[in-house]
Amino acid sequence: MSAVLELEHLRKNFGATEIIRGVDLTIQAGERHAIIGPNGAGKSTLYNLISGLHEVTSGKIRLRNHDITNRRPFEINRLGLSRSFQVTNIFPRMSVFENVRCGVLWSMGCKYSFWRRVNGNVEVQQRTEEILESIHLADKRHIPASLLPYADQRALEIGITIAGGADVVLLDEPTAGMSHTETARVVALIREISQHKTLVVVEHDMSVVFDLADRISVLVYGEIIASDTPDNIRGNRAVREAYLGTDFV
Amino acid sequence: MSMKGLLNNYGVWMVAALIILLVPIPFGSGFALSIASQMTIAIVFALAYNMLLGQGGMLSFGHAIFFGLAGYFTIHYLNWMGQGVVSYFPVSLLPLLGGLVSMVLGVLIGLVSTRRAGTTFAMISLGFGEMVTALTLIIVSFFNGEEGIQGDRWVGPEPLGITFGSDVQVYYLAGAWCFAAAVAMYAITRTPFGRMCNAVRDNPERAQFVGYNTQRVRWLAFTLSAFFSGIAGTLHALVFEHVGFETVDIARSGFVLFMVYIGGTGTFLGPVLGAVLITWLTSILSNFTEAWYLYFGIIFVTIVMYAPGGLAGLIFMHEPIWLTDPRLLRRLLWPYALGLASVLVALVGIIGEMEMIYHLSNDITGEFVMNLYGFDISLRNTVPWVICAIIGAIGLALCRKSFPLVAQHWHQVMHEARERVLQ
Amino acid sequence: MAGCVGLSAALCQEGVSVVQVLLFSLFNGLLYGMLLFMLSSGLTLIFSMMGVLNFAHASFFMLGAYFAYEISRLIGFWPALFFAPLGAAVIGAVIERYGLRTVHKFGHVAELLFTFGLAFVIEELVQMIWGKTNKPYLIPSSMDFTLFTWQGLDYSAYRVFMLLTSVGIFVALYWLLTRTRVGLIIQAALSHPQMVGALGHNVPRIFMYTFGFGCGLAAIGGVLGGNVLGTEPAMAIQLGPIVFVVIVIGGLGSLGGALIASIFIGILTNAAVSYDVPFGPFFALFGVSSATDIGNDLVRMTSGSVSSVLPYLIMVLMLILRPRGLFGNRDV
Repeated sequence: MSAVLELEHLRKNFGATEIIRGVDLTIQAGERHAIIGPNGAGKSTLYNLISGLHEVTSGKIRLRNHDITNRRPFEINRLGLSRSFQVTNIFPRMSVFENVRCGVLWSMGCKYSFWRRVNGNVEVQQRTEEILESIHLADKRHIPASLLPYADQRALEIGITIAGGADVVLLDEPTAGMSHTETARVVALIREISQHKTLVVVEHDMSVVFDLADRISVLVYGEIIASDTPDNIRGNRAVREAYLGTDFV
Repeated sequence: MSMKGLLNNYGVWMVAALIILLVPIPFGSGFALSIASQMTIAIVFALAYNMLLGQGGMLSFGHAIFFGLAGYFTIHYLNWMGQGVVSYFPVSLLPLLGGLVSMVLGVLIGLVSTRRAGTTFAMISLGFGEMVTALTLIIVSFFNGEEGIQGDRWVGPEPLGITFGSDVQVYYLAGAWCFAAAVAMYAITRTPFGRMCNAVRDNPERAQFVGYNTQRVRWLAFTLSAFFSGIAGTLHALVFEHVGFETVDIARSGFVLFMVYIGGTGTFLGPVLGAVLITWLTSILSNFTEAWYLYFGIIFVTIVMYAPGGLAGLIFMHEPIWLTDPRLLRRLLWPYALGLASVLVALVGIIGEMEMIYHLSNDITGEFVMNLYGFDISLRNTVPWVICAIIGAIGLALCRKSFPLVAQHWHQVMHEARERVLQ
Repeated sequence: MAGCVGLSAALCQEGVSVVQVLLFSLFNGLLYGMLLFMLSSGLTLIFSMMGVLNFAHASFFMLGAYFAYEISRLIGFWPALFFAPLGAAVIGAVIERYGLRTVHKFGHVAELLFTFGLAFVIEELVQMIWGKTNKPYLIPSSMDFTLFTWQGLDYSAYRVFMLLTSVGIFVALYWLLTRTRVGLIIQAALSHPQMVGALGHNVPRIFMYTFGFGCGLAAIGGVLGGNVLGTEPAMAIQLGPIVFVVIVIGGLGSLGGALIASIFIGILTNAAVSYDVPFGPFFALFGVSSATDIGNDLVRMTSGSVSSVLPYLIMVLMLILRPRGLFGNRDV
């Protein structure tokens, strides 16, 4: 196995407040890596740093052999790293089909073309259809995204994220606010789409985490206190004390 | 078929072409042709402006600079050709040249102004607009101050006897360019760039996470819009053979914003509707009333407040009903007629009062007589004031009764349409 | 720009020394700047709190002048100084309540469109009610005399009164914002608009009062300046964009910034006009001669003739290079 995503001494301050306090983390190719931690631990901030939304205060982020520290989001995306959002972040006025297609366009080399018909590009249409099938929204393709039920919007969120074919996928609480059946559906979906990809997932639902992950990192107050296999994390004393408390199953 | 798919149908474009072709037959007078030419120019400019506002979500208060500067360039080019300073370029292709000039300007100005959207973009656009307007008074050799510059489009060889000397010939020139530009701009909405333009408008944050540089998308939209605005400006220069600072100033920028927004920014047809309607109303109503700009502003504010989709938005609101069962629309006819009639009655009263006040304050003769709705009245007489007040009050009362009725029927019909779809 | 030209018109006479020009343009620049501050202070309050760039702000300045004209004709200048701003403030509050609040849900662009249309409608309404020509709104005769003469130049009593009043308003505003409870809430709203609601305050009502208050401030400017600058329907459109320039330079959420930027722009434009520095020698350095038409334009350029471009140039550069302005706490 080789390292795909490496964080070195990563730090982030907002004013005087230090949110990420020296994170070192290596994620191997093909693994499903979960990041857990209490609220306010800095999980979303960590994602925002990796994906280029926020500027890093100090430290380094490497994607394969590229230094992506403080690169802009679209550049990082083009290098093959894609992310989803905790709060659903789709194109509300566009149809489901258009939403997914927006995710496909760049990876199919469409760039900023304003002289070719988008409907005429067979590869783009096919790829969009495939994604629609895989997120099980093919029959809702014409519905404006804002009118979809919540669970479908979350599926669409994942669909847009994977549409560009990025092989490193960061999901931010993909099952937040879902019922049990919906959660099961999304977990199956994640399993399906993350084949042959490297997956990083931030998740609060421990059953999902232990079901899905090959490795788990525990982030507490901006520091990784443990990074190990699910079994070892389960038995880790420091993790129990610092984060999981007594109600940990 | 769906109204949105309408423009994909070649038939619609053929009808449009036919309309452009046949207009001079019923409207052959110089005045009518001049208005028709203005409409085609307004359509091009409005569609170009909507590439920014509607497609790209950028509100500009200074877009007229791309319209006007192309116009200035065109007049100069015509004069240079006349003097033999520059090589001959077919007059019928000058819009392309003017468009390219504006495009270059768009590239330069867009580079700095499109880095951010929203209010910042709006203010930068205002700044550039004001700067260029001020420059027209400073760089006299190019802009010739308040007078503006004149040119003669009848220059160079005359292929097939086309000299653009007559109104009809210049109308067809404008019409042909209007058609070509509209087709091109519609086609652009159907490209990867067109789709991403909407994506950046709706959710710029997400757009960068699917690999697109949002600033680049806005810059490109700005540049293309500048190009088409330049075409419109060139046509303006060719039709009037004159350009002045009023083609670049904030009033012109505001005017195209009004057209586009009243017509509707959400659809491709909206700006066309707005351009045709506003141009027509301006030319007709300016003969009857001086307060026309006031009504115009009130219409705009009303649309911003109550119908942000514009007139086209109001029409397309009915699409779901139309698609379900066109017969359902018939049930809306009576309530609509009632509502419209009430509004008209109210307007007759209110506009009457406003016209009288306007005349009272702007009458320099001191006689205070005017013609209102065909009646010669004296403003010293209280009767017309009272009558208009009564009509206005009746109209408003009718509106209060009929509006809830319209709303009620609308909801009923919508509900029924939805029920039928779900069955 | 007509404003500063109007203020400095007295200088177009010959035999005036450089020092005199300096003093006079400083005085008039300060005066014009304080007038701008009446508009920019209200606008920056509104913009910072509500995110609404009120395009119609200068229209309330105009309404203040017209109201003052009517009231001072009927009962005199002093009641006008009180009632005209009050009237404008009430109109502003009503427009916020029944207009702006309706479009708030459509976003900032819709709000901007609304105020743009509003500016247009107010200008046309003013033309409808008061006509298209100037109104003879005059300086009150009780203050129409030369207060003192210094360095050979006359300083009129009314202008000194304008200056003192506007300084007084600045002091009052400063006291209001730093020493009162209302001021603390407003300050909180300036830097963190979204937090005020969380503290349990009725945000829509605060918006309405702020909008009305800002419009009232602009109207005071109209009462004081309308009789010097001229009361006509175009006065709003002439001043409006300059006020934008001021708040961009001053920075979002900063009253101090608005003050400094107002005075800066006031003095800059006045000095540019009254000194009228020719640019000919400058362009000559680059070999530009008046032999060509365009060269002739450049050579004939003076600081006075480009003074209308200068503020906008500064604004655009500011927005590009430093979007938070000189003293702002966040980007525009």
